[in-house]
Order: sequence, then structure tokens, then C-alpha cells
Amino acid sequence: MTDITEPQPGESDEPALVTLRTADVVVACLFLVVSAIVISDSVRLGFHWQDSVGPAPGYFPFYIAVVMAIASAYNLGRAILARGPEEQEGMTTKTGVLRMSAIFLPAVLYVFATSYIGIYVASAIYIAAFMIFFGKFAVWKALAVALSIAIVSFMMFEVWFLVPLPKGPLEAAFGY
Amino acid sequence: MEEIGSLLGGFAVAISPYNIALMVVGIVLGVVIGVLPGLGGANGVAILLPLTFGMDPTSAIIMLTSIYWGALFGGAITAVLFNIPGEPWSVATTFDGHPMAQKGKADEALVGAFTSSFVGAIFAVILITFLAPVIAKFALRFGPAEFFAVQFLTFASFLGMGRGSPMKTLASMCLGFALASVGLDGVTGTLRLTFGHDELMNGFKFLVAVIGLFGIGEILSSMEEGLAFRGAAAKLKMDAVIRTWKQLPAMAVTFLRSCIVGCWMGITPGGATPASFMGYGLAKRFSKRGRHFGKGELEGVVAPETAAHAAGTAAMLPMLTLGIPGSPTAAVLLGGLLIWGLQPGPLLFVEQKEFVWGLIASMYMGNVVGLIIVLTCVPLFAAILRVPFSIIAPAIVVVCAIGAYTVNNAMFDVWMMLVFGVLGYLFTKLGYPLPPLVLALVLGDQAESSFRQAMLTSQGDVTVFWHNWLSGGIMTLGVALALWPLVSMLFGKKDDDALANPA
Repeated sequence: MTDITEPQPGESDEPALVTLRTADVVVACLFLVVSAIVISDSVRLGFHWQDSVGPAPGYFPFYIAVVMAIASAYNLGRAILARGPEEQEGMTTKTGVLRMSAIFLPAVLYVFATSYIGIYVASAIYIAAFMIFFGKFAVWKALAVALSIAIVSFMMFEVWFLVPLPKGPLEAAFGY
Repeated sequence: MEEIGSLLGGFAVAISPYNIALMVVGIVLGVVIGVLPGLGGANGVAILLPLTFGMDPTSAIIMLTSIYWGALFGGAITAVLFNIPGEPWSVATTFDGHPMAQKGKADEALVGAFTSSFVGAIFAVILITFLAPVIAKFALRFGPAEFFAVQFLTFASFLGMGRGSPMKTLASMCLGFALASVGLDGVTGTLRLTFGHDELMNGFKFLVAVIGLFGIGEILSSMEEGLAFRGAAAKLKMDAVIRTWKQLPAMAVTFLRSCIVGCWMGITPGGATPASFMGYGLAKRFSKRGRHFGKGELEGVVAPETAAHAAGTAAMLPMLTLGIPGSPTAAVLLGGLLIWGLQPGPLLFVEQKEFVWGLIASMYMGNVVGLIIVLTCVPLFAAILRVPFSIIAPAIVVVCAIGAYTVNNAMFDVWMMLVFGVLGYLFTKLGYPLPPLVLALVLGDQAESSFRQAMLTSQGDVTVFWHNWLSGGIMTLGVALALWPLVSMLFGKKDDDALANPA
């Protein structure tokens, strides 16, 4: 097994998992959903002229959302009707998604853990785990890198610049 | 020649040992940020912004702008040596820079890139020195209608001059405005679009959006494609500097052309990336050696680098004089000014003279210091890329998370950063431009309140924006630019593309 972050030979021939066209359709639909949410709240706030206030609070967001909806409808239509070779191009492959998940899913866990064990401990675990599991580093190297990054950031934020970051039980044990 | 006097005063402020030390630190950090994928000018400055809150504003902005200059220099290193653009604006540099490196002329390509960056930046700074006071004085007479007109023009120029699909630009921009309107409405105090969630009361922090969109988004793209740095070694001998500099005077026309294109694209929010492509495309078309472009021509490195750096620097002009940033990084700096209690705009030139001229003087200094640092330390910076990406990737995620948290000391922002990261990845892949979104998020509140104030004074009459020649002229230009894509679509004009896409 090699480092997951390095491209492997023959990878460019892999069939696409998602085409640009599919992704275009999905994103345009998401835009339409956002427009609908904004419009509904603007209607609640009122989007007409109010005496003494001028345009009501919902005025600006309402028209912005209408323009956004029109633009997205156009983008959606174009994506659906597109016949060009460009649109059939792949956006990403299975390997691509796997690699992205390798950094992103642990990042979600990392942010979740930060609330409980503090950002320094969580960062050290996150970096070390990524290096060991995906970078195929020796455990001692990974620990050395991760711990030094965590300690340097601790010194930098808590001691030198006095910017408090989330801390957990370990820092509390040291009196911070 | 009042400007010269003020500028000399500015140098007196900027040249203190402390400020020069900050400049050096900032440029070194900036180059590192520019070299690393996932950290760029905009999110790099956003992450480091909280660390400067304790400094006095002049020193803080000197350090932050130095980071920006450093990032502009740094992008070229990876582009030439590894064919990996460290920043979007150095994509065009790879076209000729990397072929030069393969021919064993990496040193000449790098010296050429750094020197032309320097020339572009100095050209733009001189422009700022003489134009900024004039614009600021002029803008003192602006009312809400004029301010809205200028803001409208800013956004219209994204539509009229952007590359790619104008409808996607429009959608991306509107999303920025919609996100900006979340939270407390500044005029009436009503809560908008919060749906009962207290976290949303203060709205979306654009610094968090910048860190997510550019930082996490970029890491996702880099992970997807996989990243291995196997490139030419960087050996820079002093004779390469002399050798390259001897070739440069022959390219004076290219320099001048790229400087002008760059300044134009920087002042209007076209930005450094399209400027670099345009500079390259124009040089390819008009240069005598244009046919050799793409095979390792020094002029093909000079053209985009000069334009990118001129644009990056010129983006500071509208930020300082009108409070309207010309690029996402300028937007982040504007956010910083607001936090230090300085209101960017015409009044800044009256009330904070020392600060403004100190900043402008530091732009000259920063670029000189930057040129010296990058010319002498290239091998060191290139060595950063020997660090495996499997260490760099998680470390950058950690840095981004810390940066997002420090914006407002809230875990909610860190979650938002992850969401913006996915959004940034998708948008980049699908050709939705990110700068309009960021600028709309920054300027949304201001644009909305100047619009509403203008409408209120006129009792709902839209013609208020045409009540005098000034705002009327700007509005008309804006409308023309906004409708330009529609016009060119109807008449089937294709010449834009030929210019913007150098094959």
C-alpha cells in the first residue's frame, strides 16, 4: 500500500462516478431550494413599500431570491438540455471520492471531537491518524509530527498571542 | 505634488525596525501560504487576521498586506518548478514556466516571474499613490445613491467581464447577497432568515466563508486528484539574475500591456486570475515570438505574472478609496479595517491620513523586500514541497479550523467552514465563480442599506439613481455591463472566448 495522496498510474482511464451534467442539475436544484426558502421568509417579512420605513425588510432578499431563481432555472434547463461532450465529462471518479472522504469524514469527526476534548488534542489525533492510515508513515514519525504541531499551536495561541481556543480535560489537568 | 509629501510622511511611519520586521515575517509567511495548496492569499490572511487584533492598525495592515504580496510571489514557484499552480492566478504561468524548467531554465523562469511580479506591483502602487487621493476627494461628495451606483457597477462588471457562464456568476452572486441578509436587519432591527436559530442572529461570517470556500474546497480538489511533487530542483545563481534581466528590456511593450490590463482588472473586480489569462492571451497574439508561446518562452512567463501582480495590487485602490474591495483578499483586508475601527472609504483619507500613507508607503517597501527575499530564498521555499502531502493536508485542515474558530470564538463557525468547503469544491468544479459570492457577502449589507436609504429619500422612486450625471452615468454603465452577456448572446459574438482562452 502506498501513500493515498499520490496519484497512481492508469488512474486517468477510470470511468466517471458522477458526470458534470448530473452535478450541474443537482446544484441548480439546490439553488432553487435556497431561493424558495428566502422568498418564503421575505414574504413573511413583507417586501412592499412601508410608510416611514421605505422598502420593508423582506424587499431586498425577495428580489435577490427571484433573480437567483431565474438564473438557476436557466442553469438547470441548460444542464438538462446539454448535449455537448463537455457536459458528459466526468466530475469525479470512485478513487477521487474515496480520497476526498479520507480527509473530509475524519475532519467531521475532528470538529465533533473538538467540543469535548479540545482542539489541540483533537488536532494531534487527526493529523497522526491521517499520516498513519493514509500516508503509511511509521507510528513514531506520525506521533512526532502531530504532537509538535499541537504543542506549537498551543504555545502560539494560548501563551504568545493569548487567543483562547477550545480546550478539554487534558489542558485542564495542566492548569489551563 | 501634495501626494509626494504625504508619501514621504508615510515612509517615515512605515520604516521603523518593528514594521520592517513584520514585513519580512509577513512575506515569508505569505510565500509559504502561496506555495502550499489549500492556503491562498484570501484564506491565509483570513486565518491570520485574529492574531493581529492586538497590534496597532498600521503595523497590522503592513503585516497582512505583506502576506498578500508574499502569496502573490509564492504562487509562481510551484507553477514553474512543479507545474502545479499554488494559486489560481499562476495557472497561466505554468504554460511557459514549466516548459522552461524542463529545458533546464528554471532559474531564468523564476527570476523572470519574480521580476515581472515586482514591476506589475510597483506600476499599480504608483497608480494608487496618485489616483487614490483624487478618487477619495471626489467620493467625499457621494450620497447613498452614488454609493449604490458604484456597488451596482462592481457587481455588474462580474457579469460583463467575467469568464465562464454569466448565469452561474449571477446565481453565485445572489447566493452571496442572500447569505449576507441573514440575521439582524440593520435598518429596522428585524430578524431575517434565522428561522429561530440563535446562531444565525449575527449572520454568516464572511471570513468563515472565505476559509471554507478557498481553504477546505482547495484541499478537497487537491486530495481528489492526488498530489505528488516531483519537480525540477531549484538552483538559483546570481548570474541567472543578470542573465534574465538582460533579456527583459526587450519586452517593455509586454510589460506595459500587462500592467495596464492588470490594473484595469484589479480596479474593476475582475481580479488577478482573469488578468493573468488576459495578459498571456494578449502577449501571445501581439508578440513577435507569440508562435513559440507554450514551449518555454520567457515572455510567456512575464506577461501573466506582471498582469496578476498588477491586478492583485490595484485591487487595493477601490478598497481604500470607496470601501469596495476589488478581490476576495482585499475584501478580507477590508474586514480587518472594520474590526480595527477604521471605516474604509473617502473619509479614511481625511481622518486617518497617517494610516493610509503608511500603508501606501509599505506597499513600495513590501514589494522591494519581497523581491529580495524570493530571489535569495527560492531553494528553501521549494523544499517545503518535499514535505509529503499526507502531512500537509491534515495540517491545513487544522489551521483552517483554528482560523474559523478564532473569527468569533464559536464552534458553529467551524461547522459552517466544513459546509462552505463542500460548496467551494462543487462551485469550482462546475464553473460557479467564487469571488462574486465572497464580495456579495461582504458588501451585501452596505449595498442594501444604501439602496434603501436612497429609495427612502426619493419616496420609492427608482429614478433617484439617475438624479444627477454622476450616479446616472455609473448606473447606466452598470446596466450596460450587466446586460452585456445577453447582448453578446443574441448577436452570437464569440470573440470574447478567443481572447480569454489561450489554447
